[in-house]
Amino acid sequence: MHIKYIGDCQLFLAFQVKAELLFINLPSRESEAMGSQTNQQNQTETEAEQLPCVLVHRSPSIELHFLTNTLAPHFRLLDPHKSSIPIDSFLSLHAPSIRALVVAGLSPVTAETLRRLPSLELVVGTSAGLDHVDLSACRLGGIAVTGAGNAFAEDVADYAVALLIDVLRRLSAGHRFVRSGIWPVKGEFPLGSKLGGKRIGIVGLGHIGSEVAKRLMAFGCNIAYTSRNKKPSVSYAYHENVCDLATESDVLIVCCALTPATHHIINKDVMKALGKDGVIINVGRGALVDEKQLVESLTKGEIGGAGLDVFENEPDVPKELFDLENVVLSPHRAVLTPQSIQSLQQLVLANLKAFFANKPLLSPVQLE
Amino acid sequence: MESIGVLLPIPMNTYLEQELEKRFNLFKLWKVPQKTQFIKDHADSIRAVIGNASSGADAELIDALPKLEILASFSVGLDRVDLKKCREKGIRVTNTPDVLTEDVADLAIGLMLAVLRRLCECDRYVRSGNWKDGDYKLTTKCSGKSIGIVGLGRIGSAIAKRAEAFGCKISYFSKSEKTHTNYKYYSNIMDLATNCEVLFISCSLTEETRHIVNREVINAIGPKGILINIGRGPHIEEQELVSALMEGRLGGAGLDVFEKEPEVPEQLFELENVVLAPHVGSDTVETCQAMADLVIRNLEAYFQNKPLLTPVV
Repeated sequence: MHIKYIGDCQLFLAFQVKAELLFINLPSRESEAMGSQTNQQNQTETEAEQLPCVLVHRSPSIELHFLTNTLAPHFRLLDPHKSSIPIDSFLSLHAPSIRALVVAGLSPVTAETLRRLPSLELVVGTSAGLDHVDLSACRLGGIAVTGAGNAFAEDVADYAVALLIDVLRRLSAGHRFVRSGIWPVKGEFPLGSKLGGKRIGIVGLGHIGSEVAKRLMAFGCNIAYTSRNKKPSVSYAYHENVCDLATESDVLIVCCALTPATHHIINKDVMKALGKDGVIINVGRGALVDEKQLVESLTKGEIGGAGLDVFENEPDVPKELFDLENVVLSPHRAVLTPQSIQSLQQLVLANLKAFFANKPLLSPVQLE
Repeated sequence: MESIGVLLPIPMNTYLEQELEKRFNLFKLWKVPQKTQFIKDHADSIRAVIGNASSGADAELIDALPKLEILASFSVGLDRVDLKKCREKGIRVTNTPDVLTEDVADLAIGLMLAVLRRLCECDRYVRSGNWKDGDYKLTTKCSGKSIGIVGLGRIGSAIAKRAEAFGCKISYFSKSEKTHTNYKYYSNIMDLATNCEVLFISCSLTEETRHIVNREVINAIGPKGILINIGRGPHIEEQELVSALMEGRLGGAGLDVFEKEPEVPEQLFELENVVLAPHVGSDTVETCQAMADLVIRNLEAYFQNKPLLTPVV
């Protein structure tokens, strides 16, 4: 089976998937029922020779695109959706030997998922955000979780800065203006707003937020932030909550994780505090922003502009935003470049190897 | 000073216009049907001309204004001004350096990001409703790309400083090597173009730099490289640029300037690896005001016999 990744990205994946990686050799039902010692002995020897098992945890429509090729040489990848037996049976059968799972894309990992995998000790996330993983349940079950670490940070930070420059300097609007052929006719194009000297408020100074700050410093911006905890090693001004940050900022860049505590963290009060010239850039999760309120504030001119890579109900985007020239829209692409995928491949491989060698994980997520 | 005639050939900026009107006898040439006659009629009182990126003072205009003493340009580039003739006739020339440096550099980086990450195409993808049918493809990482800068002056240096924050390695080609930087110097544009992934044009337009980016240089940048122009349209052989993009010999382009602004080759409109801007390098409210203030202060200084703030001639 050859799978070719299409599109003009420079990373071209073609691999042949061996049948035994995705389909298991089922012992016959009879011998299983008999539970004969001979069969068990044979199984033990075979298992010892085999690579460590890793469950590919995925919703039916989501593939483990970028990682199968990297992981296959080192682990026995078990994929219940590619088995000929029902998923429940597959999981019951293999549960005892599944100590680690890798999450394909944003496939949800729920308490129910964990309940069916009593031997599970590690959940390997493969995305920048982990709001689709029940971190509480993992903590209660003593299950470690690894995240994307720094793999995506630069690309997301680049994109956040790109969105901000686009909104302030009207790049996409200007591009439309020229392409429409109106420039020779209409001549004047509205002035933009200078980036230098702007007060940037970063919501969440993690891997991504730090990279955003580093870039915007070079543009002569002033950086302040809010985070769960103040970062002592950082010289940017700290605010205890988003409202205070918004009051002192011209721009809010949302880069924090989506958790129950941060749901709609950018709400009406924050938007009011930011003010009518304020700009919101969201490269986190749609639900970090009260989208309905944002649309209202933008259409009423109560907020200066927005650059949005994520939405509450992707791929649905509020149509009212399509008519606004001070808004830049993006189809959740901040993360993905061939280079960030390569970084992720290396990180996931390294985390799994470390786990099975009883060594420290490279990008563990702190579970609260 | 209200009797001093100042010629404003084309509309430039509302604030600038208002401030000029407060202080001088301002002639708005674009509102006049018979321009040549108008200039003849008022030649005796016109002592200053305001220039910008698209309008300066060529030999013909200078000859038509025997009382011209100063040209104050609402721009940093002076390629539209016959500087030689100004020197000969003792006409002072001022421009607006420094105040617009950051904005132009910001736009240059913005164009690079927009081209590499297909920002405008992504926006279009969402607005057209295409996202419902599937994800947009992958785009190329910006951080860490090797940058080449043609002209390491104020703007070029500001571009370099920003690009460094993205982990980019900087190299440059300039009239002369700059001893105060650690960036790698190339003595010619071909070597620079061959050795970088993103080439920025940020030098002034002169006889030497006209069409400095020709077919050879474009081919040297290559199908994976991109070209960003925030200098002047004539820096690039535009037809060669268009054919290189159409044929895939150049990876992409971000253009704020064109050879015959505001006309832009239509073949560029549908290319997804091209981002076009209507010459907005310094077009922010803040910077336009700063530029206008500088033009006014130069004029006031001149007519009060004080030293000019930013003279070039």
